[in-house]
Amino acid sequence: MAALTTTKDRYLAEFEALERQGALRSPSWLTPLRRSALARFAAAGFPTTRDEDWRYTNLAPLVASAFRPAEGVAAVGLLPTTLERLSVGATGWPRLVFVNGRYSARHSSPGPLPVGVRLSSLAEAMTIDGDVVARHLARHAGWDANVFADLSTAFARDGAFLHLPAKTSSETPIELLFVATTPGVLAQPRILVVAGPHSRATVVEHYVGLTDDAYFTNAVTEVVAGPGASLDHYTLQEQGAGAFHVATVHAALEGDSAFSACAATFGGRLNRTTLTLRFGGEGGQGALSGLYVVGGHQHVDHHVTVDHAVPRCSSRQLYKGVLDGSARAVFNGRVIVRPDAQKTDANQTNKHLLLSDGVEVDSKPQLEIFANDVKCTHGAAEGQLAPEAIFYLRSRGLADATARTLLTLGFAREIVDRIAVESIRAYLDGTLRARLRAARATKEMS
Amino acid sequence: MLSIRDLSAGVEGKTILRRVNLEVRAGEVHAVMGPNGSGKSTLAQVLAGHPAYTVTGGQVRYLGQDLLAMPAEERARAGVFLAFQYPVEIAGVSNASFLNAAVNELRARQGHPELDAMEFLGLVDERLKLVEMDRSFLSRPVNEGFSGGEKKRNEILQMAVLEPKFAILDETDSGLDIDALKVVAQGVNRLRRPDNAIILVTHYQRILQYIEPDHVHVLFDGRIVKSAGKELALELERKGYDWIREEVAATQPTGA
Repeated sequence: MAALTTTKDRYLAEFEALERQGALRSPSWLTPLRRSALARFAAAGFPTTRDEDWRYTNLAPLVASAFRPAEGVAAVGLLPTTLERLSVGATGWPRLVFVNGRYSARHSSPGPLPVGVRLSSLAEAMTIDGDVVARHLARHAGWDANVFADLSTAFARDGAFLHLPAKTSSETPIELLFVATTPGVLAQPRILVVAGPHSRATVVEHYVGLTDDAYFTNAVTEVVAGPGASLDHYTLQEQGAGAFHVATVHAALEGDSAFSACAATFGGRLNRTTLTLRFGGEGGQGALSGLYVVGGHQHVDHHVTVDHAVPRCSSRQLYKGVLDGSARAVFNGRVIVRPDAQKTDANQTNKHLLLSDGVEVDSKPQLEIFANDVKCTHGAAEGQLAPEAIFYLRSRGLADATARTLLTLGFAREIVDRIAVESIRAYLDGTLRARLRAARATKEMS
Repeated sequence: MLSIRDLSAGVEGKTILRRVNLEVRAGEVHAVMGPNGSGKSTLAQVLAGHPAYTVTGGQVRYLGQDLLAMPAEERARAGVFLAFQYPVEIAGVSNASFLNAAVNELRARQGHPELDAMEFLGLVDERLKLVEMDRSFLSRPVNEGFSGGEKKRNEILQMAVLEPKFAILDETDSGLDIDALKVVAQGVNRLRRPDNAIILVTHYQRILQYIEPDHVHVLFDGRIVKSAGKELALELERKGYDWIREEVAATQPTGA
């Protein structure tokens, strides 16, 4: 316990130091939010495995490591070839680039965008679009028990801001690239997406680590979808092998709006994604999916909560994991159907493909249904590659390893195929194939 | 081409094949018939190299090589093909990418460059006609949601694309209606060449009306107990398998 207190105190001292230096200069409305978030963090500290929400995810290695806030790290430039290699989209996609958590204007190209649509760093938005940011940043429910969101709010400085006024739509997806280059850094990107009524956009958050040493990314994304808005949100996580990646995504949906989220996880040592989708108006639709392909001692934890607070909304969850080595996956899918939320249609599926005997899976559906006229289903499955399928492919001349790769790709295809944007699908497919090739090479060497 | 000598094999500790002998020469079609449980499918699986089956004795020479020493994929690359009795469904893998991977694997082994997308489609289009399938088959996941007839046709499509030297068709006729049977048989006949050979494993004589065998063998209780020309198939059709059982009982002293 002493160690945990010390670490907590370090963050608190860091906050005081940054504030003294004026690094957390902020609009007046933000100061009380920072203070209260910090107070909650100070009171709660980092969760332990005694907390139900963190039972299977041990944060001790994260808590034991000392990280420096990005503010104290010298700006790092990226080579054009590196940027090119890491682009998900075609040239011409609006893109913001962050290096070690800090916005890099010279690597970014925030346009072209339709008239009225605002895409900028969060720091800039706080001055230029102050009232929209003030109305939404850290204002939406669900933060009360999330220490990492509190930590983010307390330190909120850099990140991305996207505002789509009513009836605007960005046909080209918007790419947010977060590159970690320096070991030991704490990056806390904060992303705020405000979609006005009947607006549309696709946002890609792409995390890449260029170092395999330890660093910590604590990302928080808030999505606010107005009536009839439609937002597709992708996360491609290719963090370095030593990375701690904690992501909190909160989507607040008004009536008849649609939100989709697809999270692909390949990198990182310890990953935790806490995704909350809250329906605030009737007719909302949520489609949440995830694909994680991990090995070694990687740990991936998805905590998904869908809150059906109003009637006639539908939610779909499909999470699939491929686990090799001694990897560990945690999936907790919570669906709340509140007493008023009649005609709710919710389903949830979580499947794992286990490629080694050393892996471990904790998958738990949590359905809390308080309305009676609803349709809610859930399913979970775990399995290995079918020996009959392997033999079938081998009998056509494919090597054992090729057969296994093909079948593994087949398992993942369900997620890849549902990606509507061709270049995102192609990037994910390429990353997936490269990942499986690398895993195969490692196996053949050992 | 293929020479099976005293082959004994089983699965899960149970002996199924007992000293099977069979010679197959290039250009020949052999029918292996027999009642259920006689070991027909085991013979097919053992020749294709299914790892669940254990060979307990004997040997199989294929084009001068020790077939049983080769893993399944090596056998396929050397031209051995098994049309499965129960083709396996493979989720998320399209028929096209599966065929493409198989073709290019074979080509790589033969020192040929990979086919590009256009060349591959050109090849497959032509072979699709052979089994009266259309291109939509290619984008569907392998065998998933296929009808019984579609699965069997898909096996013959693979055979047509991979052009094996030696093919074993394991009850490819079972579960087919007469139209599908004709399509499958016609596909197989067009693939018959003087330099390849086929073993047709079947329970019924029906398919032999369309694919004429050079030799017919009866497998009974893990042994080939009778071999003759195609007229044997008709005799089996007429008389069933009981007379074989009686004949075997009469010729084999107890305890042998």
